[in-house]
Amino acid sequence: MMNLTLLILIPLLTAVLILLAKGLQQIRVIGLAGAVAQLGLAVWLLKSFLAARGAGNNATYLFESNQTWFKALNINYHIGIDGIALAMILLTSVIVVAGILVSWTMDKLSKEYFFLLVLLSMGAYGFFISLDLFTLFFFLEVAVIPKFLLIGIWGSGDKTKSAMKLALMLMAGSALVMVGLFGVYYNTHTFDIVQITQQGIPAGVQKFFFPFAFLGFGVFAALFPFHTWVPDGHASAPTAASMFLAGISMKLGGYGCLRIAALMPDAAHTYSWIIILLATIAIIYGAFATMMQTDLKYINAYSSISHCGFVILGIGMLNKTSMNGAVIQMVSHGLMTALFFAAIGMIYSRTHTRMVAQLGGLLKAMPFISTVFVIAGLCSLGLPGFSGFVAEMTVFMGSWQNPDGAYRLATILSGASIVVTAVYILRATGRAIMGPISAEHALLSDATWNEKLAAILLIAGILVIGLAPFLINHLIMPSTDAIILQMGKVNILK
Amino acid sequence: MNYNILIQLRQELVLTVLIFLLLFIKLGKERSNESILNFVNAALLVNLVAGFCCQETGALFNGMFNTNTLIVFEKGLLNLAALIISMQSYAWLKHNKNVIEFYLLTLTSLLGMFFMISSGNLLMFYLGLEMSTIPLAAAANFDLTKRKSSEAAMKLILSSAFSSAILLLGISFLYGTTGTLTFSILTAHINGNPLQLFAFILLMAGFAFKISAVPFHLWTADVYEGSPVAVTSFLSVISKAAVLFTLVNILYKVFTPIANTWYWILVVLAAATILIGNLFAIRQDNFKRFLAFSSIAQVGFILIGISGSSQAGAASLLYFVLIYIFSNLAAFGVVSVVSALTGKENISDFKGFYKTNPMLSWVLTIALFSLAGVPPTAGFFGKLFLMLAGAAKGNYGIIIFAALNMVISFYYYLRVVKSIFMDEHATPIEKIAVPAVSKLAMYICVLGVIVTGLASVVYDYIQSISFGL
Repeated sequence: MMNLTLLILIPLLTAVLILLAKGLQQIRVIGLAGAVAQLGLAVWLLKSFLAARGAGNNATYLFESNQTWFKALNINYHIGIDGIALAMILLTSVIVVAGILVSWTMDKLSKEYFFLLVLLSMGAYGFFISLDLFTLFFFLEVAVIPKFLLIGIWGSGDKTKSAMKLALMLMAGSALVMVGLFGVYYNTHTFDIVQITQQGIPAGVQKFFFPFAFLGFGVFAALFPFHTWVPDGHASAPTAASMFLAGISMKLGGYGCLRIAALMPDAAHTYSWIIILLATIAIIYGAFATMMQTDLKYINAYSSISHCGFVILGIGMLNKTSMNGAVIQMVSHGLMTALFFAAIGMIYSRTHTRMVAQLGGLLKAMPFISTVFVIAGLCSLGLPGFSGFVAEMTVFMGSWQNPDGAYRLATILSGASIVVTAVYILRATGRAIMGPISAEHALLSDATWNEKLAAILLIAGILVIGLAPFLINHLIMPSTDAIILQMGKVNILK
Repeated sequence: MNYNILIQLRQELVLTVLIFLLLFIKLGKERSNESILNFVNAALLVNLVAGFCCQETGALFNGMFNTNTLIVFEKGLLNLAALIISMQSYAWLKHNKNVIEFYLLTLTSLLGMFFMISSGNLLMFYLGLEMSTIPLAAAANFDLTKRKSSEAAMKLILSSAFSSAILLLGISFLYGTTGTLTFSILTAHINGNPLQLFAFILLMAGFAFKISAVPFHLWTADVYEGSPVAVTSFLSVISKAAVLFTLVNILYKVFTPIANTWYWILVVLAAATILIGNLFAIRQDNFKRFLAFSSIAQVGFILIGISGSSQAGAASLLYFVLIYIFSNLAAFGVVSVVSALTGKENISDFKGFYKTNPMLSWVLTIALFSLAGVPPTAGFFGKLFLMLAGAAKGNYGIIIFAALNMVISFYYYLRVVKSIFMDEHATPIEKIAVPAVSKLAMYICVLGVIVTGLASVVYDYIQSISFGL
């Protein structure tokens, strides 16, 4: 039997040890050891999860544990995971290892830096294992402050403004979530996701509180029109923080949206067209806005808005395939965007510029980094063989299943955005990686061992999903099926 | 001889003995400030512990004075806050030649609050209130060389006198319509006739003055700014808490027949208080003014919790006050040390503070996050539970309003954190040698901020001793 609390305890222990450590060398070794241990734990968790499923354990949530926290208010520390949560945990642990590896030479206030990174990851783990809305909300907010400090202290450019903007918008998002959760609590007298799913929420209550909770999480997932924190936040953040932000933090939003839709199926069906409308706008707007960017980080940040739109689109379509696609897209985008930010960080630390126009011919000086950059780009534009293709394809197939004309139009428009993606990715790659190289850039060195390791880890993840999509499908399909089935049931009862 | 009376009055008696002891010390031979401060801190610790030594409930003097587990706990909270403030003022009081007078004034005020909390009769309540207010006005004037300090004292005494007069008018109307001042008998005579309602509104206005709820908050910022930091923290934590405890006691026990009326009064007061407090806090640069307005906003949140008028409402108030003691005093502690040793009290002076004083910066940051209600600090739980209690009435409008205001408050707390960590300053505050006692007080506060929230036993205990409507 697994104890999921370990997933919180390991980061906590790592954070405490980092505080006690002396010197960069000790700090980063402890950080890496903690992250690797966590990755190992996540893999072991996957193994025991699949073993339990193989043995015929069909419970929705495995490794459940339920402890009373605030007895008088019926708040419990209830944890457990299904396939979706496990996929997210795996994603998080991979990105944390990669993030710590790329921060290997961070010498400015390194203790605080690694401490905050670990704290941020702890919030994410706690969020994904929560089966109680209160704990879920608790961990959601735990992850906000580290982001603010990471961007504000170690960032670049107009960092304090970006940090402030990000923190305030995310706080506003969580305030909306809080209102939604209170509404649920007062009509079901519990925060427990499992119990709420069983007893259902009155349709009127759902319709009133769903927008709060869904849009609240939507802010985290960069849903249009609450996406404005994304470009500035990502561009100003230090490399590892950008990776965490796009790879983990935005997934908190997507995952939250999915859970809220599952909890309030009536409202999800009612508002489905609004969700899809917003998602389509995000996809197209994000793609076109990316075309106009000249800074590599801004390019990736705006394309993240577009890509996260696919997650919301998949959730909004409310069928098995699209839901599956949404989850795969979350994992795929997490890996891909982290890889992209890592590559951009490596380029920036050498050339000290992120402007596409000032770069060129990097392939000659740094073949490894350039290759990583190209792989990330190809994955982003959805080339078959990489995870991006699998994810977006699944979302499109799922959304096409919806026979409604307007929904099909949304699908077509979203699909068309891939062409735009190809334009900006190929253009940026062509300018920065190919072509003649400037004299000063020609002398620059290629990736160091830690950067290589981080990139290889992320690329491995992308390739596994891209070449063997059945693996991740095997993991998440039963869970998305269960969610759709449950949503349907409540619908029929009504 | 009946020892019961001694046991029931133990918290008041210990305090009284301490006050007289201090008087004798003052009369006796000259002693060093350090030895006096150490003695007082030890005595306050004894005072805190003594309160919890034995549980005895009952009423004394024909119901004038009540005591029960809840009241003992409330007084314990105030004792704790007094101890922490005293420890934090070490650096300031060490070189002050009137150190004994400071304690005489503040402890007398504390004693008055004890009688106010325990009161079972409006007269007793009024006596306690006055006894707690007048010494504080003198304490506000403690920086004898500063004009601002005497201005603060003047403002405090005038506005207190004014609010007391309103309160007294309310009490006399109430007496006129019901013929009694005893809480237990009063309830049966409350029927909500217009004169009674008028009396009630006067009473509420008096209370609102004391807890500086909007629109009765105008004295707060000036008084907080002018007074010495120790007195400011005393005013913003202890004196507010005491009045809030009494307010809940009176609302939940005496004015139950008109619960619907005061529910709406509370909601309107809460909404105005949160909003105005927040909007003014944004524009402050003086740290004490900043904390004054932020504490006004906090009171608004507390009023939301009280308006829930359930057991959870009372419990969430107590719980929040406990957390507020830790978080606000941690913030005041840092300001107090910095102000005592450098004389700097502005937020803009704290730019680049992290480079020179990392420990103090973290204490201040954790405290501010707790005030903003960010997990894993206790402030998160405190605020959430207040709102959960308030939402119990099904009035989601006020909850949405409060949630949005939490974002505004988040902005101004973050602004301070930004100054500390991210801004540069040509001449930042130099490295400060914090006295060991003050350091200990800060650690206690930080520990409290972290543990009180995560350890649910604290809330469970508070809930078990609270009562609802």
